[in-house]
Amino acid sequence: MNMLEVRHLKVWDQKSHNVIIHNSSFQLKAGQCLAIVGESGSGKSVTCRSLMRLNKPGIQQSGEIVFKGEYLNQLSDKEMRKRRGRNIGMILQNGMRAFDPSSVVGVHCKETLREHFGWSKSEIEEKMTKAMERVLLKHPMELLNKYPYQLSGGMLQRLMIALALVLSPDIIIADEPTTALDTISQFEVVEQLMGLRESTGCSMLFVSHDLGVVQKIADEVLVMRHGEIVESGTTQAVFSEAQHPYTRYLVSTRRELGANFNMMMQEDNMC
Amino acid sequence: MGLYMVKKLILSIPLLFVISFLTFILINLSPMDPAEVVLRAQEVPQITEELIAQTREALGLNKPFLNQYTDWLLACLQLDFGDSYVTGESVWSLIGPAFLNTLKLTLVSSAAIIVLSIVLGVNCALREGTLVDQSIRGMSFLLTALPSYWLASIMIWYFSVKLDLLPTSGMESYASYILPVTVISVGYIGIYFRNVRSSMLNQLNEDYVLYGRASGLSEKKITLHILRNSLQVAVSIFCMSIPIILGSTVVIENVFAWPGLGRLSVKSILSRDFPIIQAYVLILAVAFVLFNTVSDIINAALNPKLRKEF
Ligand SMILES: Nc1ncnc2c1ncn2[C@@H]1O[C@H](COP(=O)(O)OP(=O)(O)OP(=O)(O)O)[C@@H](O)[C@H]1O
Ligand SMILES: [Mg+2]
Repeated sequence: MNMLEVRHLKVWDQKSHNVIIHNSSFQLKAGQCLAIVGESGSGKSVTCRSLMRLNKPGIQQSGEIVFKGEYLNQLSDKEMRKRRGRNIGMILQNGMRAFDPSSVVGVHCKETLREHFGWSKSEIEEKMTKAMERVLLKHPMELLNKYPYQLSGGMLQRLMIALALVLSPDIIIADEPTTALDTISQFEVVEQLMGLRESTGCSMLFVSHDLGVVQKIADEVLVMRHGEIVESGTTQAVFSEAQHPYTRYLVSTRRELGANFNMMMQEDNMC
Repeated sequence: MGLYMVKKLILSIPLLFVISFLTFILINLSPMDPAEVVLRAQEVPQITEELIAQTREALGLNKPFLNQYTDWLLACLQLDFGDSYVTGESVWSLIGPAFLNTLKLTLVSSAAIIVLSIVLGVNCALREGTLVDQSIRGMSFLLTALPSYWLASIMIWYFSVKLDLLPTSGMESYASYILPVTVISVGYIGIYFRNVRSSMLNQLNEDYVLYGRASGLSEKKITLHILRNSLQVAVSIFCMSIPIILGSTVVIENVFAWPGLGRLSVKSILSRDFPIIQAYVLILAVAFVLFNTVSDIINAALNPKLRKEF
């Protein structure tokens, strides 16, 4: 069953008539993880934003986005807003910038949960505490009362994952969730993302530069270049028998770069 | 936060000393002997050496310089700024009510500036590039370019004379505020709302706005976060503009016959009434320092990073 189906997605800049995504179609199956890889500027982030209808003003999109049989592209703004966070959640690349710098991080969590569930303060605290302990964040209550600059990128990333655990959406869109982190934090965050999938059973759209991580986490892969999908298939197929020369190039160059990460993952599997 | 406030306030004390000292020596910069100025101002027919000596003694001008300063400063702290050279009334009895009137005008204008700048700035930013945004920006450009005395005359002519809706001068009722406040605010609003607008637009591109929207927060909530982050720059400017308006009401007060500091100071300068000028300069300078400190404190409340550095 398809959790999300995208048909003929086209995204363009209204002013310059510059086409960013030409004609993308792909499916995200229930419970699976679909990775999008590709060079910088290939349109990965724009694809993610388009699915949530959160493109910048001036960027237009057309095409169908079908979520559990419902056409998201036809929903009213208000209905669409209810889906965001609750049904389709997002985890951003840079935790430091994902939270309002002048509020303590708990404010975002509280506002989000209140918006979707209308919970009381104590209910929210209880649920957040539990979820934060799950992602190995110590002293949850203290942490929620800190400002973003007082926490590390990895902690903020895990906080986003904890919030997603509580919201338990059907789809998580993670746009390069590990790129801004050092290798150790990357490893922890990937572990937690996998934990998140296991415990909520959600589907995941995972954007990454790091083919090592993709190989570990994704069931299927899309390869994008210049706003077009040049290759798609199961992770194994794409990595072992890539058809497109660009994909082969990516796989050969990234294999070396991803070596560090793979080593850590293997060590972890051995323990 | 409390500690930060105390520190900021303590840090402003040396500055206040310097200012008071400069204000004090102002009077000694005058080429004339102050005693002589007093006598002339009181229109004494024949100024003799003896009379000058007497006056010097009476004014305490024979004491050592530093003593004079400390005496004066201690008196000022008790709001005793001496007596007017011209009328002999205490300076405070003249400048106190005038200061209050100017302060009222300034605070009402500042409130209008702050509220309208934020309302216009936020709305233009949220409707960037639309007709609303463009027409508000165009109109503000026009209004900012008008000289205030010209705008004041036009408004008096139209609203007071032609339509007979508003009083032309004085401060008899709340309606008296409308014209001067409008004339003062228009220029500032034109500048500050652009400021609010552009910092809002910068914030709109921040990741936390995307994350907020992607989490399903309402636009109202998100706008509040954006506003809070974009106000930091605006707050400093708003706070600094209060003493600037306080000091620049001269034109407006004279056009609208507002019984405030601006009018009093012009009158005193023309009659060389030094104690009043001195008190006027001192009050404005202190207002500058205080509002500057207040803006630092408000900014620290808005921005947690600033607080930590202290
Ligand atoms: N607001 C915008 N206005 C105009 N063009 C844009 C805008 N945002 C993105 N683009 C264009 O869309 C293209 C794709 O950008 P996108 O951010 O999706 O790339 P990406 O694949 O996520 O790259 P990266 O790996 O660096 O994150 C870019 O070439 C960029 O020029
Ligand atoms: Mg991107």
